[in-house]
Amino acid sequence: MYKAPVDEIAFTLKHVAGMGDALQSGALGDLGEDLVDAILSEAGRFATEEVAPLGDIGDRQGSRLVGGKVQTPDGWRDLYHSWIGGGWNGLTAPEAYGGQNLPHMLHVAAMEMWNAGSMAFALGPTLTMGAIEALEKHGSDALKATYLPKMVSGEWTGTMNLTEPHAGSDLGVLKTRAERRDDGTYRIFGQKIFITWGEHDFTDNIVHLVLARLPDAPAGTKGISLFLVPKFLVKADGSLGERNDLFCHSLEHKLGIHGSPTCTMIYGDGKFGAEKGAVGYLIGEENRGLACMFTMMNNARLAVGMQGVAIADAATQKAIAFAKERTQGKAPGWTGQGMSPIIEHPDVARTLLTMKALTQGSRAISYACAHAVDMAHAAEGEKAKYWQERSSLLTPIAKSFSTDAGVDVASMGIQVHGGMGFIEETGAARYLRDARIAPIYEGTNGIQAIDLVTRKLPLSDGAHVRGFIGELREIASAVRASNRNGFGETAARLDAALDDLSAATEWLIAAVAASKLAEALAGATAYQRLFGLALTGVYLAKGGLAEVSDAKEDQRIALCRFTAENLLAETAALKDRVVNGADSLAVARAVLA
Amino acid sequence: MHIVVCIKQVPDSAQIRVHPVTNTIMRQGVPTIINPYDLFALEEALKVRDHHGGEVTVLTMGPPMAEEALRKALTYGADRAILLTDRHFAGSDTLATSFALSQAISQIGNSFDTPDIVFTGKQTIDGDTAQVGPGIAKRLNLVQLTYVAKITSIDLSARAITVERRSEGGTHVLKSELPCLITMLEGTTVIRRGSLDDALRAARSEIVKWNAAEAGIEDITKCGLRGSPTVVKRVFAPTPREQKAVQIDTTEKRVHDIANELVASIFTHQPALQHELSSAGSA
Repeated sequence: MYKAPVDEIAFTLKHVAGMGDALQSGALGDLGEDLVDAILSEAGRFATEEVAPLGDIGDRQGSRLVGGKVQTPDGWRDLYHSWIGGGWNGLTAPEAYGGQNLPHMLHVAAMEMWNAGSMAFALGPTLTMGAIEALEKHGSDALKATYLPKMVSGEWTGTMNLTEPHAGSDLGVLKTRAERRDDGTYRIFGQKIFITWGEHDFTDNIVHLVLARLPDAPAGTKGISLFLVPKFLVKADGSLGERNDLFCHSLEHKLGIHGSPTCTMIYGDGKFGAEKGAVGYLIGEENRGLACMFTMMNNARLAVGMQGVAIADAATQKAIAFAKERTQGKAPGWTGQGMSPIIEHPDVARTLLTMKALTQGSRAISYACAHAVDMAHAAEGEKAKYWQERSSLLTPIAKSFSTDAGVDVASMGIQVHGGMGFIEETGAARYLRDARIAPIYEGTNGIQAIDLVTRKLPLSDGAHVRGFIGELREIASAVRASNRNGFGETAARLDAALDDLSAATEWLIAAVAASKLAEALAGATAYQRLFGLALTGVYLAKGGLAEVSDAKEDQRIALCRFTAENLLAETAALKDRVVNGADSLAVARAVLA
Repeated sequence: MHIVVCIKQVPDSAQIRVHPVTNTIMRQGVPTIINPYDLFALEEALKVRDHHGGEVTVLTMGPPMAEEALRKALTYGADRAILLTDRHFAGSDTLATSFALSQAISQIGNSFDTPDIVFTGKQTIDGDTAQVGPGIAKRLNLVQLTYVAKITSIDLSARAITVERRSEGGTHVLKSELPCLITMLEGTTVIRRGSLDDALRAARSEIVKWNAAEAGIEDITKCGLRGSPTVVKRVFAPTPREQKAVQIDTTEKRVHDIANELVASIFTHQPALQHELSSAGSA
């Protein structure tokens, strides 16, 4: 059973991601280390004791649509109310609406724990937080006053309605339409699919944020507006009024995250209300809806990255526990009685360590990204710009590398379990099934790679990414200067990986500048992984260098060395694919004809 | 109703290592926790307060870093935290500790409200003496209810409390008057979780810090090393006694027979146990 690794999380936040410095500099207000520890430890207990035990039930039962209503798995409604009762929904939400306004770093750490307990459960609150953010930044004061306090407390949940059957990654072609009414409200008509937690039995009301097109809107992405469409209309006194004209038509049958109801939502079908059309309220300006959505997109992408970290950690814990118990054969050098635990076999140990390295690496990258978000918020002027660019650069890597790690690690976890892993009862398979969506939604990892190469590398004319690689080189130098035997060849391997990263970066910046887009995009995914791997190596080294004399110090250095000497060699191949792969790809496309 | 809970910050014994050569405890890098029995005491105190109203004050004696343990207690819902910290307290054994704590509890009575119940854990997991609770009770002239597994009822108007006390071979149901001192076993309780609000409140609350004088202690010679007659003569890791494990072949015999033989052999070595069990069976 998953146990939240509170110490590991706290260590990564403070000594790798930059929270320690941020606390000392006062960038995080009156937040102190004690409070950080207290919050992490209580969140960890909730995730371990309450969320995780209901994860399997949620997977087995799934959410079901019965008579137009969604029934969530046994125990989940109580779990949700206990969770909001603990105040966890308002962790980062603005204080003005009842939130605690705590740093994003704490938010992502807590999210990791909820998701590791049950990703399907944690998805609901993740969407609510996204809706809160969009509404807070762009909504009118009246809308905010009516909806935010209840969304922050968790009394109502929120959703994001973007996708339509023919409009997935490209929202420019969406068809849901909005009509103006004289009283300033709008009526919404259309169908949305893949709406996470679009309908459920947790709360009395659900606040949908819906992208739709006005009759006179320009074509494409510049003609999309954002609307708030509540399930029940809210009266002036704040109580619930009439049912709005929207409903959940069906639930998808999915590979994983069964507990999370993925809804097809129908708006304006005339099923409810006197007049056909779901009542909607404009958020922001007309035709500026996509821009409103994009202000929260970075955080949403990082949130999905946390799902990858979470699944990777949970799968690793499960696999290690199994490998210590399960005995098969005799490992080389085994002197004990009978068969050896499979963890003694070199191949299994290597697999488990790879799982651990990828988990820790993706965790560090994601937390560092959250740190940049917090610093951008706290800083001003040039510094704010610097941290803004850092979070922009790290977001696609955090999203893609972590969610790929989630899938890869969960798959390795099944491998460690052998045949037992292929059987549902052990629970290892659920992790892979749940993890598989994360590289797809919130912008596929391929789209993240396009974003990284075409939008993020050119930031400040390439100066930001170059400066960042320079910072990473300093850590490699510090490993060399530390002269600790435990690091083995780490310094040299880090240098080599950073050389690969640097070479691939320069090649891509030049290609984009020369408008050789096809060439640049051919290797974008390879580059994204190259960046993630190099960061994994460097961040593990940073953890190894941290002067914290605890019982884990030697282990951290050993895992860093393992990563440097076993995993980082892949960067050379990835660089090769970036720099030399485009021509053969262009020619080979004929094969697909 | 005012309840005082005495807690102690201890090294997490699950993570303690003993130096193989010097036989001393390696404290470096070992995380600290609230003594688990004290946590059960705290939980019990909070439950009593939640049911009967009033306040819970947590008290600890220790170095400034013990503040962390107090904040944890505040996270769980304690109303007030007092840290007794003074270099005069350094090196206290159980005699000096119970003296200092009892003085501080009197001072708590003067400064806030006279306690109706003082809780301690049954014992700490680092010292394992189980002496401090009774030491406090004696000095404050409180009824002492030790090894309490459960608080059955409290009648505030009659100033009466009923508890279940675990003892060898059974349970004592004790009815007593308030005020009293209770040393808690693991209880029947699960330690509550703090909410996010609780964690924030705890972090932002002020911890009351008292030195010896502020705690009302006049006779410093009864504190710390000077007030501690206990001397540690030697620390060592006990060598395990050699024991021969018996392997029983289950292929030939029925499990029932094997069990009977085992029970018979246990009774040969423990005749009193046989007597106790058979009389319990006949009753």
